[in-house]
This record gives sequence, C-alpha cells and structure tokens, in this order.
Amino acid sequence: MEKFTTLTGIAAPMPLVNIDTDMIIPKQFLKTIKRTGLGANLFDEMRFDRDGGEIEDFVLNQPAYRNAEILVAGENFGCGSSREHAPWALLDFGIRAVISTSFADIFYNNCFKNGILPIVLPREQVDALMKDAQKGANARVTVDLEEQIVTSSDGEAFHFEVDAFKKHCLLNGLDDIGLTLENAAASIDAFEAKVKTARPWV
Amino acid sequence: MTNPRTLYDKIWDDHVAHEAEDGTCRLYVDRHLVHEVTSPQAFEGLRMTGRGVRAPEKTVAVPDHNVPTDPTRLQGIKDEQSRIQVEALRQNAAEFDIEIYDIDDDRQGIVHIVGPEQGWTQPGMTIVCGDSHTATHGAFGALAHGIGTSEVEHVLATQTLIQKKSKNMLVEVDGELAPGVTAKDITLSIIGETGTAGGTGHVIEYAGQAIRALSMEGRMTVCNMAIEGGARAGLIAPDEKTVAYVKGRPHAPKGGQWEMAVDYWKTLGSDTGAHYDKSLRLNAADIAPVVTWGTSPEDVLPISAAVPAPEDFDGGKVEAARRSLDYMGLEPGQNLSDIEIDTVFIGSCTNGRIEDLREVAKIMEGRKVKEGLRAMIVPGSGLVRLQAEEEGIAQKLQEAGFEWRMAGCSMCLGMNPDQLAPGERCASTSNRNFEGRQGYKGRTHLMSPGMAAAAAITGRLTDVRELM
Repeated sequence: MEKFTTLTGIAAPMPLVNIDTDMIIPKQFLKTIKRTGLGANLFDEMRFDRDGGEIEDFVLNQPAYRNAEILVAGENFGCGSSREHAPWALLDFGIRAVISTSFADIFYNNCFKNGILPIVLPREQVDALMKDAQKGANARVTVDLEEQIVTSSDGEAFHFEVDAFKKHCLLNGLDDIGLTLENAAASIDAFEAKVKTARPWV
Repeated sequence: MTNPRTLYDKIWDDHVAHEAEDGTCRLYVDRHLVHEVTSPQAFEGLRMTGRGVRAPEKTVAVPDHNVPTDPTRLQGIKDEQSRIQVEALRQNAAEFDIEIYDIDDDRQGIVHIVGPEQGWTQPGMTIVCGDSHTATHGAFGALAHGIGTSEVEHVLATQTLIQKKSKNMLVEVDGELAPGVTAKDITLSIIGETGTAGGTGHVIEYAGQAIRALSMEGRMTVCNMAIEGGARAGLIAPDEKTVAYVKGRPHAPKGGQWEMAVDYWKTLGSDTGAHYDKSLRLNAADIAPVVTWGTSPEDVLPISAAVPAPEDFDGGKVEAARRSLDYMGLEPGQNLSDIEIDTVFIGSCTNGRIEDLREVAKIMEGRKVKEGLRAMIVPGSGLVRLQAEEEGIAQKLQEAGFEWRMAGCSMCLGMNPDQLAPGERCASTSNRNFEGRQGYKGRTHLMSPGMAAAAAITGRLTDVRELM
C-alpha cells in the first residue's frame, strides 16, 4: 500500500449528501478480478452519458477539477454496498483524500486499506472547505496526516481526529495482514485452543 | 459481579483474540461467507504473498451476485466477465479447500439465505462476508457484518478482523403490527426515523414485542436493512424460535454439543440495566404499509401519503430530494398510490425466503398480474425454489403471470441480465433504491412482498390492505 504523509492538491466540491458506492462505481464494473483500472469509470453514471460522452457540468469533468486529488463531499459519503471497488476507483482516478461530515463505516475502513485518507470534520469546517473548493484549481488544499491538519487555500487550518493504529499503518504504508501474523499469531492460536473446549460446536 | 452487558458486548467479549495497547482488537471470526464479486482480489493477494486460508472449514463459498437466473445458465454463463468471476470462485474454492455450493447445486442461492438455511449461521457467532447485507445473520443473535475485499483477505489469512468496538443502539418496537404490516415495513419505518446515517458507528439491537413476534424470516428482513440505517450490524436476541430454526440443519451442532450450544445461546440476551449509547422506540400500531419515493432508503412514507416537496426538508437534503424527484420522474403532491409501475421484482436477501413467497401467493389468490407488466419472482435459494414448488406456490404464481426464476441476487443489483431499462419503474422487494441500482436510469420503489403483489395486480403502487 502506498504511504500517505502529506498531500497538497486540488479539492473538488461534491455537496450532494448520501453519495453511495453504487454512484462511485456502478455494478457493471464490479465484474473485474483486478484492483486496477477502475478510475476510468469513477462516478460513471454521473460523469458520462449513455454514449460515453462527458456530462459537462459534473464536477470532475470541469477543467478546474480534472486533476483533483481531494474530494469535499456531503454527509454520509460512501453509504451502501461494501464494494472496495469504490476506493479502488477513487485511487485509480487520483483521489487520495475525502473530506466530509460523516462516512459510512465499511467505506471508511476500506479507504485506509488503500492509501486513501477519509477526514471527518464538523459541518461548519466542511462548509468552509466546500466554499474554498468551489474557487477552482487555484484553491489547493493541504492535508498533513502526521499533524492531523487540513489547511485551506487561504491558510485556515482545521485539526482532525484519526485512529492511532490506522494513522500508523497509513503513514508507513503497512500491510496489516503482515502485522497481524507478526504480532497476534500466538494469541490467535491460544484463542482457538480455548474455544475448542468452551464452544466446541463452533 | 460484572456490569450488565448487552448482547453485542457479550459476543464481542467472547471473540477478542488479541488486544493491543491502543485498544485495537483482533476479533476472531467464526464463519466467513464468500461470493464471486468481492473475493477474487483477496485470493489473488494470498497467492501473491504465499499465504494460505487459516480455517477453510469455517469458510463457505457460493456464487450469487452475477449468476443468471434463467435455467440456460446450466449450459454456461454467456456474459464472459461474469463467467470468469464464477470460474475464479470455483477454482479458488478448490485450491484452498473451501466448500462451495455451485450453480448446479440445489443449495446454491443468495449467500445470506444459504448461510442460515444450511445451519452455518448460529447464535453468538461472529460472521463476516464481503457484502454489506451480512447484517441479515444478526437475526440469530450473531454479530454479522459486511467487510471490504482487503478485510476478506485478512480474514482468509488470519481468521480475525482488526476492529474497534462500536457503540450500542437499542431499537424497540412495542405492541402488535396491524394486518398487512410486515417486517419490511418495520425496518423501512425505522430507517425513515433514523435516516441512513442514524446508525453509523453503532450496532443496533432490535427488541420489543413486535420484534419477538416475528418469524425468523421476518427477523432476517429487519436485520438485513440495518446497514441501510448506517449500522454495520443488527442483532436480535436468540429465543425458542431461533433454536427451533437452527435445529437439525446440516451444519448445526450435533449430539451432546447441541445441548451445550443451546445452554450457551440462552445466556446471550442483554442483561437488565445494560447500557445503550442511543435508543429509539416505535409503536407497532403506528406503522403502516410503506413505500419509498426517492433514491435513498430513508425516503420512505406510508402508501396513503403524497410525494413530498424538496422544501419539506432541511440542509443538504433539499438538493438531494430535488435530484431524487427528477430522477424518479415524480411531482410533489402526487399521491403515492397513483404511481404506475412497469415491473415487479420479488426476491433478494431481504425478501427472497419461503415466507415471502407464501405472502405473495396469498395476495395473488384468484388474481392475475396486470396485463402488460413484467413480473418476476427470484427465489433466494434453490431450496426455497424447490419448497415453493412442493407447496404448489410456484405453479399458482406462474399461472397468475409471474416469471419463475432460478436463485440469485438478480435484479436487486442488476449485475446479471435481470435489469431495468432507462425510465422503467419497478415495485421491488429489495433493499436499495439508489440511482441506477436495478439498471441504468431505472426507478425503484421499495416495499414488502405483499405490497409488491398488490402493485402487480393493479399496475400501480397499492395499499395491500385493500386486497386482503
């Protein structure tokens, strides 16, 4: 997994609430057996018409936001299906951070497994960053994971919370399966042995 | 004496295999259900790192999401990508020694219907699957939730999941449901109250007289949609109905272990005085048959209501409602019961069980699907299909004008050929009315099986009580 330390980039505003993972990557693109190549179809039905032509007013089709690396989104971003294809598509497009007032749980976890940082901020701060993002390509937002700070284009800084373990894995690009096998294998063995007596039917 | 604990607290405590200093836990996973869409990358990851499956005997695979539901599928799946995914699941199951219910097996079906049916699902277990509707299994008092593909790989390799504990939320539904009101109306009405983010960060325990009175099938319908309220998992404490349902199933505990298991299951209910971080109370008598009007499951109203106006809402929801109405082709003030439909879909992990099909058959008794409508029944599993055929339901429903399909997820998410055309309007017993969910520009109204049957008869959204 790619590390996430700091990022300065264009932030695209998507104020719509309840953006679900079906919107982020529609089901017809879930038939792949790979993790890559999904960026071309990110937000497919909002971004393209039936013939594959770009829908002009969709934010990521506007010249200012074609190279966005950050999304500022309405509440409950990533709700619905557990498909990890959603963060895979975001990452493949080049999005490394999403800022919102709230995220759906499964999507939130999936982001951390793929080097994407989801940032939760209070409504007034998300509103301020949304306004900032609406200024276009010159409005570059900076995210510093080590310091846990988002800085708007005019220098306003907002502190965010992140779980210490998730932060550690993301900062160092760690594979958490490796970590579990390294740190917890003996505990898992012991747990299985205990359950064999306590709940043998399991 | 220990502090009073909730059902969730108890299952959690019994499954922490490892706790790090910062409170991060490795939660042991008792059952891992695997399907074709969210697993290929996980198995590929194992191969690339030279890791194996730690507990293949606790893992079961079934293709469901993109399998066609017409019988010609047995001659081979025509769509190449779908075929490759199903073949990949077959190969991965063989390579890693995992039991699979393949598409020619009567036990095949939607993973969340197959798990309980085969007795894989039991009270007090932790159950995960790369699918958000894993919440279904909570009906048995099992802690069950959806995970992403990276987590699927983590569970395959370690039989654990890295977790922080969620908060406890209690939803009580008191009293008795009125005739014509079902588990689907309960679960949709709860989401109507909480919103789709109301349960975020929580595990919901459903309790109260109306929940206890539900069959296991009804309880599965309620827990299935916990995720639509933002909660990863829903739970209902096990009771005699739960025990009776599990008993004798192929993977249920056997011999002396059965008594031991039942004794344990009886200890799982929440203690008096246990702490909930959030709670909600509904009166069953206030719940009416409901339908959705928009593109989020929280956009739900009684069938007797009218389509709302965007101005009826606050904040970001105003724009979302405007977008929904435009997408759905509806005008504020229009009566919901005047909305004409083109298609009826009965099936899914929410409402594809035998009880649901019986409900449809009861409403259809002596009646026909309205001329010109497409009406489809997709049983949740091959065994549900067989049972409906044995009970004579299948024949009756076909005579009434329904297509009778093979088991799978089908039009709930339209990954297989069963899809809505642009603008096509569907009365659906599934769980999501998102934009494009059942097909590009397709329009979905969620409802109970009885309500879907009523819509099939009249060709418009209809109060099922008028036909009872």
